[in-house]
Amino acid sequence: MAKKNPTIAPAASPKVEELMTGTTVFNIPLPADLKALKGMSPIVVKQPYHIDYIHSYGQDSPFFAGLSNGKLLGTKCGRCDYTYATPRLACTHCGRETKWVEIPLSGRVHTFTTCYFGGEEFLKETPFHLVLVEFDGVDTLFLSRLIGPAGPEDIRIGMKVKAKFRRNSQLKPTDVYFVPSE
Amino acid sequence: MVSGGVSKFAKARPDATFQKIVKESFDYAMHDVPKLKHSMIDGSVVSYFSDHFTRQLMAGIMATDYLGLCPKPNKRIEGGGATGGLCFQAGWEAVASGRMNVCAAFGFETMSRVPTWKGNEFIALASDVNFDYPVGGFYSGYYAMMVNRHMHEFGTTVEQLAMVSVKNHMNAYGNPYAQKRRKLTIADVRNSAMVAYPLTLLDICVMSDGAATCILADEETAFRLTDHPVKITGVGTGTDMMRMADRPHGDVLLAPNEKKSDYRNLKYPGVHSFRAGRSAGLQAYKMAGITDPLKQLDFVELHDAYTSSEIQTYEDLALCKYGDGGKFVEAGYPFMPQIDYGMKLPMKGALPVNPSGGLIACGHPVGATGLMQAVFAFWQIQGSIKKHYGSGELQLKKADRGLIHSHAGTGTYVTVSIMERGW
Ligand SMILES: [Zn+2]
Repeated sequence: MAKKNPTIAPAASPKVEELMTGTTVFNIPLPADLKALKGMSPIVVKQPYHIDYIHSYGQDSPFFAGLSNGKLLGTKCGRCDYTYATPRLACTHCGRETKWVEIPLSGRVHTFTTCYFGGEEFLKETPFHLVLVEFDGVDTLFLSRLIGPAGPEDIRIGMKVKAKFRRNSQLKPTDVYFVPSE
Repeated sequence: MVSGGVSKFAKARPDATFQKIVKESFDYAMHDVPKLKHSMIDGSVVSYFSDHFTRQLMAGIMATDYLGLCPKPNKRIEGGGATGGLCFQAGWEAVASGRMNVCAAFGFETMSRVPTWKGNEFIALASDVNFDYPVGGFYSGYYAMMVNRHMHEFGTTVEQLAMVSVKNHMNAYGNPYAQKRRKLTIADVRNSAMVAYPLTLLDICVMSDGAATCILADEETAFRLTDHPVKITGVGTGTDMMRMADRPHGDVLLAPNEKKSDYRNLKYPGVHSFRAGRSAGLQAYKMAGITDPLKQLDFVELHDAYTSSEIQTYEDLALCKYGDGGKFVEAGYPFMPQIDYGMKLPMKGALPVNPSGGLIACGHPVGATGLMQAVFAFWQIQGSIKKHYGSGELQLKKADRGLIHSHAGTGTYVTVSIMERGW
């Protein structure tokens, strides 16, 4: 896949990249007549904003422990006999608490896309493929990355895929990804 | 509804804070009904989507105090992309419940305060941060997956998607409030930068700075204020699960003009359709006594954040059967009768959708969007498009009953409201 510079926004005509840097102004002179202030240009300043969240996966935590052990853990409602590929600890149909179960490591592409742009955090990873994976005997789908195909023309709905796991777990849902298996 | 106002949506409004942009739309609405005195407003509701964009918590009360509406009741309404539509309905609820005789509903978003890709990151935080955001973190990617399944299920084509973009951009040519007014061809849309396959830059709405205000009143007060009030005859609000992966694969929620045998092999909603949109539509239709929306509506302003979601929404709103959305646009149904699009459209003008240009061309300052649709629909029904747009080009001859539709992230919240000529 051709890698482009993701910091340049798609544009109809060539243009210089916008930067979030600028000059600091220490003083702005005021006019003698305050009426003239209505015509003043807005003052735009840069305000950094950084937070480290102490994020808890809460009741979803065993899923991430599962990934680090090479397992896909979903949940199942004993009453509805309904299996969730992406775990939820309360059944959406009856409200009962669900139990943890292993999800198959092979499935099929239910749908897909190739992202050429993305949120800022992921721009450096573009282009990448997203897939919703369907599994036999499981009622819901699972969102993941598909690694391998060059472009969207090499992916099709119904294509067989299998799960692979990062050796060094990051404790993120991207610890699992899928590759074509046909 | 007795009045409305919209600030011109723009890519960036560094000249004003959100309070002033809201006031522009509020003042416009107030000036349009001179009999309405500020003191007659009993309270207000305010909407904006993201505290991240404003970098200001409780921005709602700051807009409210700027408008001089303290110490009267106010609350903030939020529900992703449907924030504006939910705010409109909250204003309606305040009046319909008898709590207020006159309620101002206003909303805004100032999205230019961060670069586009940071903005996309903020929007993506409106997806499950345990399971979805860290994998993709991109709403255009989510919608692209939905439309790929729609194409697989029903044979919808990228050219049909592009027709929506051509239509809405062309309509916006007659709307001075719109951010993007461009004459495009299907080839232009397909040749623009690919964002998330198969959606291109011109299949997707843009970020905006803007605000909109609706003034709602009970029937008696409304007729004291204006000779041409618009009546809200139906409201519906639907919801669905945040994670697309969790959506059921079951039976279609049938509209009055559909039967079970229409959908023998369709698993619903899956990721190809918005169950919340269908649910909201059915509630609003029932309340307004609509059984055949294609015949009984004169126009629709719907949430076309993506060309694909406009096509999916035709189906949710039962303007056509599930699966026929692509053919619906291809045949010309949702095009304006009086505009030349440079295409052969046999059913052109049957039910104009997004006469204003929709989100794709007008812009999508999230908290304002659903209210903007209400204002555009209000003017359309009043027959006052010429007065407000400066040109009557987009005025429909018959616009007695319209539908507005507001939609949040992959169809989690959807509102539908029916507006009718009230005089
Ligand atoms: Zn259950």
